[in-house]
Amino acid sequence: MKSEYIILIIGMGIVTFLPRWIPLFFLSKRNLPDIVIEWLDLIPAAILSALLLPELLTTGDPRQLTLFQPKLLVAVPTFIFALKTKSLGGTVVLGMFLFWLAGRIM
Amino acid sequence: MNSKISLTQGVTAGWPICLGYLPIGLAFGVLAQKAGLTPFEIGLMSVFVFAGSSQFIAVSMLSAGATVASVIITTFTVNLRHFLMSSSLSVFLGREKRTKLSLFAYGVTDESFAVNFIKFKEGDWDLDRSLVVNHIANFTWITSTVVGGYSGQFIPERAFGIDYALIAMFICLLIFQLRGREYVITAIIAGILAVILSLIIPGNSYIIIASVLAATAGVFIRKS
Repeated sequence: MKSEYIILIIGMGIVTFLPRWIPLFFLSKRNLPDIVIEWLDLIPAAILSALLLPELLTTGDPRQLTLFQPKLLVAVPTFIFALKTKSLGGTVVLGMFLFWLAGRIM
Repeated sequence: MNSKISLTQGVTAGWPICLGYLPIGLAFGVLAQKAGLTPFEIGLMSVFVFAGSSQFIAVSMLSAGATVASVIITTFTVNLRHFLMSSSLSVFLGREKRTKLSLFAYGVTDESFAVNFIKFKEGDWDLDRSLVVNHIANFTWITSTVVGGYSGQFIPERAFGIDYALIAMFICLLIFQLRGREYVITAIIAGILAVILSLIIPGNSYIIIASVLAATAGVFIRKS
């Protein structure tokens, strides 16, 4: 293994760990203002949606808007299933199955 | 003993994450092996970094001949969003020891964050249980990437709908977060902004920008 690779993964490790670590290490001991806590409470919904929607609606590099791709079509029944069952495992299995099925049919 | 309950509850909450990581980890192993990494090197990266999307990007950059510095900088920008996630989690962890918090920080991924956050929010959750979630996910990730590096060439691409595992997980994790009107509105704003920004700005900064703007808008909407 080249020493360059070791430097690479240590560097990647540090820049990945620090953003995960700093808030937990420093913020958790502070009393944050209510408005900040409210803001942080909305972050999960915001971030998951910001991760998900471009994944469903865009393709390629540079990204382009692509409506009605299998990813998005499969998302509809997967979304409904998740809403009804609230089962993370079930949703993952069903989503994979439907996407596999879509690949066969389309 | 309490620890046994923590383990059981952690595994119950975390196994779907493992199910999602397994195919992605295998896929990463295959890709990394094709890029010239040995299974040992692949495993080492998974241990040190433990961040799926940035590992994929790193390997594709390496195959394209990118410099070490540019890969590290890209990794930083891709994973900066975890700063927001750890901040959200920190609200629940005021009484915990900092050594344990540091160990917990290592395992904060999009998926473990979303599962742990919702569990903390519902109450009846603690750092031990969340550590179990993080570390079974971590174990699955490391193992599957190494296995992918060894045997990946035998697994056909796009088999079993594996490309969809994480998307389906995000769909369900998002639904868990939609606990009221303001969350739904925030999510819609974030999603629309993210799509628009992702079309305009190259890279992954759209995730953070859209999330920060949407959560800020959400706070104002809640106030009004």
